[in-house]
Amino acid sequence: MAKSSLHKAAAPATALLIATRKGLWILAGDAKRATWKLQGPHFLGHIVHHAVLDPRDGKTLLVAARTGHLGHSVMRSTNRGRTWTESKQPPVFDPAHDARSVDHVFWLTPGHLSEPGVWYCGTSPHGLFRSEDGGATWQGVNGFNHHPKRRDWCGGDKDGTPDGPKVHSIIVDPRDPNHLYIGMSGGGIFESIDRGADWKPLNKGLLATFMPDPYPEYGQDPHCIRLHPALPDRLYQQNHCGIFRIDRPSDMWIDIGRSMPKKVGNIGFPMTLHPRDPDTAWVFPMDGSDVWPRTSPGGKPAVYRTTNGGKTWQRQDKGFPAQQAWWTVKRQAMSADGHDVPGLYFGTTSGEIWGSKNSGDSWKCLASHLPHVYAVAACAWR
Amino acid sequence: MRVLIPNPLLSYTKQARAVEAQGVTLDQLTRDLDRQYPGIRFRIIDEHQRVRRHIKLFVNRDQADDNLAAPLKPDDEIMIVAALSGG
Repeated sequence: MAKSSLHKAAAPATALLIATRKGLWILAGDAKRATWKLQGPHFLGHIVHHAVLDPRDGKTLLVAARTGHLGHSVMRSTNRGRTWTESKQPPVFDPAHDARSVDHVFWLTPGHLSEPGVWYCGTSPHGLFRSEDGGATWQGVNGFNHHPKRRDWCGGDKDGTPDGPKVHSIIVDPRDPNHLYIGMSGGGIFESIDRGADWKPLNKGLLATFMPDPYPEYGQDPHCIRLHPALPDRLYQQNHCGIFRIDRPSDMWIDIGRSMPKKVGNIGFPMTLHPRDPDTAWVFPMDGSDVWPRTSPGGKPAVYRTTNGGKTWQRQDKGFPAQQAWWTVKRQAMSADGHDVPGLYFGTTSGEIWGSKNSGDSWKCLASHLPHVYAVAACAWR
Repeated sequence: MRVLIPNPLLSYTKQARAVEAQGVTLDQLTRDLDRQYPGIRFRIIDEHQRVRRHIKLFVNRDQADDNLAAPLKPDDEIMIVAALSGG
């Protein structure tokens, strides 16, 4: 046996793609996750909702960007951010079928491993688009955008988030490129088994306290949905009304937020999964009482971790301010790396980046004074 | 004809504050601009052929009221104004 095969491959460096209200930054770490260097800004002054590295080639970056006045776009780099080009045809609704205009691209998801160059994006207002050329041009997934029930599913202006209704959490089943999930705020979770040609609601068991029927067929408000890569039949979600898990082929979501401490509650935006253990997940609770302050409950930030699929939760706050810290974490702004002991990272509404090398047991502030953070994506930076 | 470019769109014109473009209507003019400076038209006009909310077009210092069919003469001067409000 060759000597080199006795040794594990060196862990790749980790980078965090940080999308903010004022541009994109990249926080590049070393392989030991000991030192970090902030690079940027890219697109200073643009509102950046999401930035994602293509795991299929490790070098293509797509960025969902807009300015306040000049419309939306998708920026592309094929060299990990050294140079950028703008999408030649950004995602737009077909004027012949839809009177709406895309306000912004909110979510980006690379396509299936077997479909290099394919990407999906979700927009505000609710729209789903696909690119087959690495994000250069985008076409509507008209099985969703033109679905005869889309208006019923999505509701009206009163059914969106304060920043507009949106499609998010676009998930491609790693076993089947035709099997897709999307989340809508508001609207609920929908599933397609034919690459987006048709869609069905997947909302049984999901609470919607703001609806006349608290368990409607659709109309819920999922904040963040994650599929476990090692057990693709398992999905988790942080919802407007709690935390839920589903194990397919069941179509019934299980409420796993009831075991959260009552003083903290089960409301939040993000949810992040362990890269290999399907029973381990993290949430970042926020204050969802009264008028929804959307701050750390009591000004005391904490991550909560489950290691048994949501039966119990443990508080993880070592290193965080003990009081008077009123930030929170948006739905795309928490991420895990792929190390043996996974690192966790999140960005705050007050412009700080926090990291943990020990799966949340202790935390360290990695960067501060950034703009309001919308998204953080940890990726292998080779 | 001469077209004056606002600061937020200078990245499309390689920082040129005034460029030449042709067209007998504002619609044609912006399409010619896009041919020369790809992507610039979508920053001015959305997918429904509506001038964006925070963009104004002036023809010889008169506001064009977002009428893309407004006729133009070869010696007109077009000014594109982009609002910068917000925080």
